[in-house]
Amino acid sequence: MHAFDQTLEAPQGAPLPQRMSQGIPETLLKRQHLYDLAFRGVTRIFAFLVLALLLGILISLLIGSWPAIKAYGPGFLVSHEWNPVTERFGALVPIFGTLVTSFIALLIGIPVSFGIAVFLTELSPPWLRRPIGTAIELLAAIPSIIYGMWGLFVFAPIFADHVQPWMIDYLGPLWLIGPLFKGAPQGIGMLTAGIILAIMVVPFIASVMRDVFEVVPAMLKESAYAVGATTWEVVWNVVLPYTKIGVVGGVLLGLGRALGETMAVTFVIGNAQRLGTSLFAPGNSIASALANEFTEAVGGLYTSALIELGLILFLITFVVLALSKILLLQLAKREGTRT
Amino acid sequence: MNTAALYRRRRIINFVNLGISMLAVLFGLFWLVWILWTLFAQGLSAISLSMFTQTTPPPGSAGGLANAIFGSLLMSLIAVLIGTPIGVLAGTYVAEYGRRGWLAPATRFINDILLSAPSIVIGLFVYAVYVANIQHFSGWAGTFALALIVIPVVLKTTENMLRLVPDTMREAAAALGAPQWIVISSVTLRAARSGIITGILLAVARISGETAPLLFTALNNQFWSVNMNAPMANLPVVIFQFAMSPYQDWQTLAWGGALLITLAVLTLNILARSLFAQKSSNS
Repeated sequence: MHAFDQTLEAPQGAPLPQRMSQGIPETLLKRQHLYDLAFRGVTRIFAFLVLALLLGILISLLIGSWPAIKAYGPGFLVSHEWNPVTERFGALVPIFGTLVTSFIALLIGIPVSFGIAVFLTELSPPWLRRPIGTAIELLAAIPSIIYGMWGLFVFAPIFADHVQPWMIDYLGPLWLIGPLFKGAPQGIGMLTAGIILAIMVVPFIASVMRDVFEVVPAMLKESAYAVGATTWEVVWNVVLPYTKIGVVGGVLLGLGRALGETMAVTFVIGNAQRLGTSLFAPGNSIASALANEFTEAVGGLYTSALIELGLILFLITFVVLALSKILLLQLAKREGTRT
Repeated sequence: MNTAALYRRRRIINFVNLGISMLAVLFGLFWLVWILWTLFAQGLSAISLSMFTQTTPPPGSAGGLANAIFGSLLMSLIAVLIGTPIGVLAGTYVAEYGRRGWLAPATRFINDILLSAPSIVIGLFVYAVYVANIQHFSGWAGTFALALIVIPVVLKTTENMLRLVPDTMREAAAALGAPQWIVISSVTLRAARSGIITGILLAVARISGETAPLLFTALNNQFWSVNMNAPMANLPVVIFQFAMSPYQDWQTLAWGGALLITLAVLTLNILARSLFAQKSSNS
């Protein structure tokens, strides 16, 4: 601003009127500078607010669960007891249920998402890409309570009548995995919850995989095609190694979603506090225990134990999602572009 | 001979694996179609005028979902009114002032985690800091929980949309002598407007189906109530309660509500997408 004024002033030799030489009145400049600072300050405060929100969640959950933490100590994590009457609580069953259902979800969800991402990036004719991509993403838009209702009233009965008996007959006798498929075909249970979670995480994983597959330089793929590679060989030997960090990031994003999914699981998992090898048996997850019991919890210690469950869930998902984000950022950094 | 066999083998592997990839797509679409078909088959018969005019009935008598629909609309509206300014301003900071310093990357990182964090934990948080202190469930508590879910969605889209605005526009405005706050508020934010509206629509779609955060905050109300300080009926929780009940009438109403919510959410999503597609022809 000043340099500009001086060049205007110099050839004239004589001083210009105050207003002209300054260009803009000093007070106006000062006021605008203040506005600038204020605007920046306000937006900055709201950015801080988001960080504060995360801290607030952590601290409030910690305070809420403090009575339970004091009463049960680290034993809370490994105890499988859950008895509101005697006020003896342990988190093992819900943690186990959360991990098992999420594991089933990934087991089914990863290959399906991979297939969808490969189709969308390599096989699909361009005009079909958008509609199919949108349709898959709409799966993520359907509210989880709808998955729950559909799972309980439509999927579970069909699963119990037609799929579970077959699994008991053919997978039950198998060595090692046999015990997983024993028990009565009730429809609801850990396996059903896992399958429904798989459908729910597919759109998230597939969307990340598609995005990272698209950043593979065309030259790399074309070079592989030029030496005679098939489409599958290009995907498996060029695209996948190039994007593997991002693919793992996408899988972890799906895992984070699966761990915290509440309503769908609450409908179909069966809500039973028990530990067993059979996937047909009803179980419990952290989120479904909270949804079912929290409003009915009486007594400080009961509520506090439930809040501690929530804290555990938040910490697990935080770590998984943070890891996912870090991996995706690494891929983006290597790319020199930002997602 | 060997090379011919190898070639055949590679062709077959390619064919089989790509076939599996297409099956995966069909697998995904299959569930979407099945779920939507179920909703229409079960829910269409429940949708009638009385669903919108009568309140939730006691078991065994006729009724509608008017109080739940009203509660959901009211809480979503206020939640968006609270969450949008916070999300837009924080997103503006991250995109416009975030080229230096630690705050913007940290906010971006944490925001992405909050975006996928379990919504039931948000409910617990509001319960712990608000409901536990005022000692009763309330419509405000539900609204706050929903607003906390709106913020990350709006922040993320605002940031992304502001980054799509070319720097030349900022430079042109600055060259005309506009101070930075005018550059941001009247040039870049305006250029990104339709993208930000997309984000708000997506946020509305997201919260209209959220059940978990409302369970311990707004709870439910059998009666017509406009008092935000009392427990408030809302569609997701009513659907949850009615679907889990043994009463046929309640279950029918639950299916009707489920169809209603899903239609609303899918319409909002498709609307948001087409708005965004109009804006940027390249993606």
